[in-house]
Amino acid sequence: MKLHEYQAKRIFSQYGIPIPEGDVATSSAEARAVAERLGRPVVVKAQVLVGGRGKAGGIRLAHSPAEAEEVAAAILAMEIKGLKVRKVLVDAAADIRKELYLGAVLDRARRRVVLMAASQGGVDIEEVAARNPEQIIQAVTDPCLGLKEYQIRELGAGIGLAREQMPAFTHICQGLFRAFWENDAELAEINPLVVQGDGSLLAVDAKMVLDDNALYRHPDLAALRDPDEESPAEREARLSGLSYIRLDGQIGCMVNGAGLAMATMDIIKLYGGEPANFLDIGGGAQSERVAAALRIILSDPRVRVVLINIFGGITRCDEVARGILQAMKEVDAQVPMVVRLVGTNEVAGRALLAEAQVITAQTLPEAAQLAVALAYGEVRSP
Amino acid sequence: MSILVDKDTRVVVQGITGREGAFHTEQMIAYGTKVVAGVTPGKGGGWGVGNVPIFDTVREAIDATGANTSIIYVPARFAPDAIVEAADAGLELIVCITEGIPVLDMLRVRDYLDHLGVRLIGPNCPGVITPGEAKVGIMPGHIHTRGHVGIVSRSGTLTYEVVYALTSRGIGQSTAVGIGGDPISGTSFVDVLRLFENDPETRQVVMIGEIGGNDEEQAAEFIATKMSKPVTAFIAGQTAPPGRRMGHAGAIISGGRGTAADKIAALKQAGVRVARHPGEIAEMVAELL
Repeated sequence: MKLHEYQAKRIFSQYGIPIPEGDVATSSAEARAVAERLGRPVVVKAQVLVGGRGKAGGIRLAHSPAEAEEVAAAILAMEIKGLKVRKVLVDAAADIRKELYLGAVLDRARRRVVLMAASQGGVDIEEVAARNPEQIIQAVTDPCLGLKEYQIRELGAGIGLAREQMPAFTHICQGLFRAFWENDAELAEINPLVVQGDGSLLAVDAKMVLDDNALYRHPDLAALRDPDEESPAEREARLSGLSYIRLDGQIGCMVNGAGLAMATMDIIKLYGGEPANFLDIGGGAQSERVAAALRIILSDPRVRVVLINIFGGITRCDEVARGILQAMKEVDAQVPMVVRLVGTNEVAGRALLAEAQVITAQTLPEAAQLAVALAYGEVRSP
Repeated sequence: MSILVDKDTRVVVQGITGREGAFHTEQMIAYGTKVVAGVTPGKGGGWGVGNVPIFDTVREAIDATGANTSIIYVPARFAPDAIVEAADAGLELIVCITEGIPVLDMLRVRDYLDHLGVRLIGPNCPGVITPGEAKVGIMPGHIHTRGHVGIVSRSGTLTYEVVYALTSRGIGQSTAVGIGGDPISGTSFVDVLRLFENDPETRQVVMIGEIGGNDEEQAAEFIATKMSKPVTAFIAGQTAPPGRRMGHAGAIISGGRGTAADKIAALKQAGVRVARHPGEIAEMVAELL
């Protein structure tokens, strides 16, 4: 789960990381009030869970409360990458002399939490990693020992910090590392970490991604989930225990198993189609789950055909077919459906579907070609 | 010969009284697996499905029954404890089916297991099967048949699909290993490829990967430098968008890394034949017979 900047900043602040004074506002009047209270130039920042807010014009400086109100009104009217801006963060503007990067991240390959620092902040760290990997200094931490002070000294020296800044930097590194572990984060990032005119350090931006699997032990963090950032379909899927991701294509997919679901999307593309979604209904394929999945897929008006691809293992194909037929009775689908069932009792399963006039396919390429032909009228040969 | 599990494997089921645990214990016994004990804290002294004796702790189960392998079905919040208990009790192999374990828990557990030298398969995996000998997992046993193709995969149903296609063509498997779809797991592709390379019964290997991480790239390097047996691969997620996790916690393209294109390129570079869709895998394997 991604947190908003203002949410991440509040958490960082609890760990002693200095953040700008400021507050979140949902209207231009509120933004003006915050700016008046601060009595200084402010930065008004769109709070949406996508990158590239700055480039989209969602981060703007305001020199007076009146300007803050005006800028906030403009930003609150924006949509950034399809997400409506509903909140802005109004922060006191920092006296920026230098921008650094500091981030804690889980390194899968090394199975370690790594603290990374770079002398070049405020830009996409992935671009720095791709172009100038030597500029990123890393501290690979041991799961038992945690972050050691010598590692912080190495990071500080590596990014050219002045000796006077080391105590503050040490404090920030330790706070960020603790914030990462204690909140079960996958990423905790300050970009940029700013060196101000008076030499002090300030976390001007904050990003946190939490491990969904660990939210059960952080009910306070789970409550931070922003319902506006989820489409109704994604929300229904999450509540029904289905894994659903909406994409841009026209062929709706319902599959059991994440790997098979991805493979199904891939083969649709191979024959010239575009998948409308990723959807994993999990094992079993009981009728209630199939019905919920079907409703979610059909809520996308771009869907022209639904491809159901189920491997029947312990749950046999004839049982799966009955579940699909039951779900079709409950959900009135106005688009054609192609079902591909394979596995235990597949012949019986297909026969049941064929009796009910459902289009069936025996192999995955055959199913994909049928779906593509129904959606677009033609099939591309791979 | 085969790898990891065989007819001498003696299984203790942790979480044997839960719904999943009980159901799959019955399935494993029906397949012929020697399930010798179950563990559910607080229910020791009782009997589980298939008249399997239940113990309060793994250590008691081992002492009484000589179990040498554990399979874990306990819920995610208790699974890290269950894995460490099995490791501390001295088991050689632990298979963890449980899905949804917090990744930082797995980070610490894996580090601890590495110190002990214990092998964990999973978590969030379908388990391991050596056809005709032992099924330590949740895969449908009857689609497998004994033979010489080793299978290693990060996915569940996609693996069943490939196994089914192989069996339908009369091509058997030596062992099929599901290593799971989590970002941090106990066993990597390289670990299993090494076992298959050294297993006289395995003549060729099918490897089924997916987006996320760099396990497939490491496997490519291993295949190029250390493997003599042919490998056929498939990578799922060629059309997956970056930044979204595709069901499995580990299946995510982040920071432009972990893409299917990179993995396929690395594998091809290593001389691995990469199928364009799962249906091609069985064809490619058949060509090598």
